[in-house]
Amino acid sequence: MQRTFPLLVLMCIALFGYAPFLIAGAPYESTMGLVQKIFYFHVPSAIAMFLSAFVCGIASAIFLFQRKPGADRVAVSAAELTVLLGLIVLVTGPLWARKAWGVWWQWDARLTSSLVMWLVFQAYLLLRRFGGPGSDKLSAAVALFGAALVPFVYWSVNMWRTLHPTTNVVPSLPPPMMGPFLWCMVAFLALYGVLLAVRVALEERRARLDTLYLALED
Amino acid sequence: MSFFSTALLVVRKDLLVESRSREVVYTALLFAMSCMLVFAFGLVKEGQVVTDAAAAILWITIAFAGTLALGRVFDRERQNETLRALLLAPASRASIYVGKFLGVFALLVMVELVVVPLVALMFGARLFRHPWLMIGLLAAGSIGYAAVGTLFAAMLARSRSRGALLPVLLYPITVPVIIGGVRGTAALLGPEADLAVARAWLMMLVSFDAVFVTLSLWTFEPAMTD
Repeated sequence: MQRTFPLLVLMCIALFGYAPFLIAGAPYESTMGLVQKIFYFHVPSAIAMFLSAFVCGIASAIFLFQRKPGADRVAVSAAELTVLLGLIVLVTGPLWARKAWGVWWQWDARLTSSLVMWLVFQAYLLLRRFGGPGSDKLSAAVALFGAALVPFVYWSVNMWRTLHPTTNVVPSLPPPMMGPFLWCMVAFLALYGVLLAVRVALEERRARLDTLYLALED
Repeated sequence: MSFFSTALLVVRKDLLVESRSREVVYTALLFAMSCMLVFAFGLVKEGQVVTDAAAAILWITIAFAGTLALGRVFDRERQNETLRALLLAPASRASIYVGKFLGVFALLVMVELVVVPLVALMFGARLFRHPWLMIGLLAAGSIGYAAVGTLFAAMLARSRSRGALLPVLLYPITVPVIIGGVRGTAALLGPEADLAVARAWLMMLVSFDAVFVTLSLWTFEPAMTD
């Protein structure tokens, strides 16, 4: 881990460093023009957020049913990253909406359900910090409910008529837009992987430090 | 002892305790009425109720009163140090959960029995025009809300800051149920009741109930084991 880490960071810097050039080179969308380029960061961060919520949910289930402390450390890290990525989604979304729809926020199914999911993971972090003893298992249950919301958020655009575009947009992208999109997708997933690895490593050190303190007291 | 007889024993115990003091029912009802009073100031303009406000008032009142009841139901177990005894009983955790859930559901139904006619009366909402769909929406909404609420209230019973944390956890998770209830009820209340929309929301609520009850039953046992 420690040896491959600088390499991974360099890869992320390269991916994100080259992304603006690719995005600038991509063709303009016919109706929205320049503002559509937010898409290249908005959608990949949303997909990374969904992935992170799933990671958190699955790790929490493993922690709840098999009592593996390692799984709990992955769950905490993934929950924090879900909130971070959710923040990116919820900042880039309204910036785009202001230009495309004329409003910052619209209470449609996709926007509302994304906000709800983000709040659930905020509640998870709040519980971790202020819940007191036993909050690790409680928050694991919260994470399961949060992860259960992901499919609902994803398909909400296809179930209801919403202002937000449906999930058909990505597969039907023209090739000159598909290239930069996939590049950004890889960049966000790589960033997610690096951040998760760092965060889990930090949790593991904390846990090791705790056991050392306990051993010292005995 | 079978699963359901254990669950029924737990409900019977809870309802018996409640029928002796009637603390939770009275507090929740009074709270629900004060809640409606507060909404009346925000959502009534020049003597006219804002469109769809009655549906929102009804469901938010039920949700708020439900939170109050949930907190008290488990506070009682904690104050009398009976939560541990209950968990130590030679019964499956899931059956204890089902018993507690049925008790909370019964409390919600009692609150609804008073709040629904009151909202109909005070906000001029025609809630009884399609009684069966309305009952379906209320039942499905209460089941989902009570299922998640019971799980989190039980787990928070031992936590220090449970009073503040329960609403923070409960509202984002149960918001799909509240949305389904509000939209379904609003579809019934318009000048022309939109039965198809109300049925669609009822189906939505039932599917959420299935997810919530399954997840709660599944997590209650490991989450309540030390």
